Amino acid sequence: MTKILIVDDERDVELLFRQKFRKEVRSGLLELAFAFSGSEALRLLDSEHPPEVVYVFSDINMPGMTGLELLEKIKRQFPAINVSMISAYGDTENFKKAMDSGAREFFTKPIDFDSLRKEIGKIINQE
Amino acid sequence: MDFILLIIAFRYLQTHEQTKQVHPDWQTIFFKLLVAACALLVIQISFQTTRSFLSWIAHAATLYIVYAAYNKKEFSPLKHFVYAFFPLVIVYIFQDFAQLMAPVFYETYEAWFETAELFAWIWLVAQFIINRKQRKALELERIKAAQQELQFKQSQKLKDALEIQVAERTAEITAQKEALEKTLHELKAMQSQLIQSEKMASLGELTAGIAHEIQNPLNFVTNFSELNKELLDELKDELEKGDLDEIRAIVSDIEGNEDKIIHHGKRADAIVKGMLQHSRSSSGVKEPTDINELADEYLRLSYHGLRAKDKSFNASMETDFDEAVGSVNVVSQEIGRVILNLVNNAFYAVAEKKRQLEKHGASEVANKYKPTVWLSTKRGVNGIEIRVKDNGTGMPDSVKDKIFQPFFTTKPTGLGTGLGLSLSYDIIKVHGGKLTVSSHNSESEIGENTWTEFLIFIPC
Repeated sequence: MTKILIVDDERDVELLFRQKFRKEVRSGLLELAFAFSGSEALRLLDSEHPPEVVYVFSDINMPGMTGLELLEKIKRQFPAINVSMISAYGDTENFKKAMDSGAREFFTKPIDFDSLRKEIGKIINQE
Repeated sequence: MDFILLIIAFRYLQTHEQTKQVHPDWQTIFFKLLVAACALLVIQISFQTTRSFLSWIAHAATLYIVYAAYNKKEFSPLKHFVYAFFPLVIVYIFQDFAQLMAPVFYETYEAWFETAELFAWIWLVAQFIINRKQRKALELERIKAAQQELQFKQSQKLKDALEIQVAERTAEITAQKEALEKTLHELKAMQSQLIQSEKMASLGELTAGIAHEIQNPLNFVTNFSELNKELLDELKDELEKGDLDEIRAIVSDIEGNEDKIIHHGKRADAIVKGMLQHSRSSSGVKEPTDINELADEYLRLSYHGLRAKDKSFNASMETDFDEAVGSVNVVSQEIGRVILNLVNNAFYAVAEKKRQLEKHGASEVANKYKPTVWLSTKRGVNGIEIRVKDNGTGMPDSVKDKIFQPFFTTKPTGLGTGLGLSLSYDIIKVHGGKLTVSSHNSESEIGENTWTEFLIFIPC
């Protein structure tokens, strides 16, 4: 069972992911968790002993803590957790910042679920 | 005696007002005649023999004067003079005539003649005195009248001068009024132009936010549509298998997703409509508006707009909407502009504070600082309140006093028009409400406990 966390201030993202990965979830390969802000994500990660989440997908543009700030914090506190960014702004500045801070991948919105599925598939296989 | 009479007559005529005024040239003639009469008098006295001859000349002259006084128009005012010495002339002529023609008769009645002569003289003197009096009275009257005339003329002149002055002033004032009206007209035109350009400027600031706000729902529309397509494929498979429970589950998912597509489509639509409304000139029509929805929409637009412009910018937004606020009759785009303005300012203030903290190297304070903007609504007894609060730089009183003045801005040149708050103030005033500000600013130490709060009150 691979647990991933999706961070986005848009609540409908949860519905979208749950339907998209319905099969994986049903088959018990994948568990999905959601947070709607950076601080909520950190609280969730903090609450797990031992940590269950292995992969975090985060939006960049969020009120309060941005995805990039969250990325830095996760990498500092939980270096083992993979983090990828999902942003509507695929500009080089954001991309470079994310990669320099240790992001694994950079996805642009609208989300291409095929490539996302491949990425998640890789993690599941590693597990 | 005849010549004395003539001398008196000529003297009188010479000095009389009538002569002075009507025939000034006659004065010299009368003077010459006067001198001649004097000469003849001397001759008459010196040579007794010429007496009777010369006295007839004198009679002729006096008679002529009497005749002239009666018949010449120019002499008519002198008639009373003639009355005065006419009896004496008659007495003298009759005396001389009697002496010449009937000396006996004359000598017999000489006492009578002398008495008549005396009475005639008395008559003459009396007439002269009366005449003189009358003349003086008349003269006085005349002078009075002349003075009055003069006064009248002077006042008339004064009046004319005043009228000219009044006309000049009136023309001046009218010209001034026209110039002022023209200026006012130009200023009004300029004002509406400024309002429009301010609107467009704030729209420009919004563009990025709007793009983001449209992008998000569009992404959902795309994603949920794709999802439904996949679900429809699965549905086909399940139909062949005939698993009714699975079919029901998929159909309900498709339904839910369709709702989401509709919801996000409408969201994008509303944003575009809002943007168009913002750029159009205000219709000024009040309509029931969901204040909470409006506030939330503009808060998001402002946030994403600033985020898109400045990647390093971020702030927390905390909203506290009172559901009791509900719909209020307002010009929605105008109130939206006010909220947008206030929220933009709030975000600017927190970003500025963060920048200042970092610049001063107070890294600990800077790390602890959490830029936050609060937006809340509340229904009161008389109306609704919208509060926009930030923990930004705050304002000293000197700034606070001026923020609602047009063209006042603390932003660097080119970043603010200085019209945002001034226009906001006017908009709220037109709605019969109040826009007030309170702020705390600690000048001594950097950072802590500075804040600003704007309060919109709209009666309803």
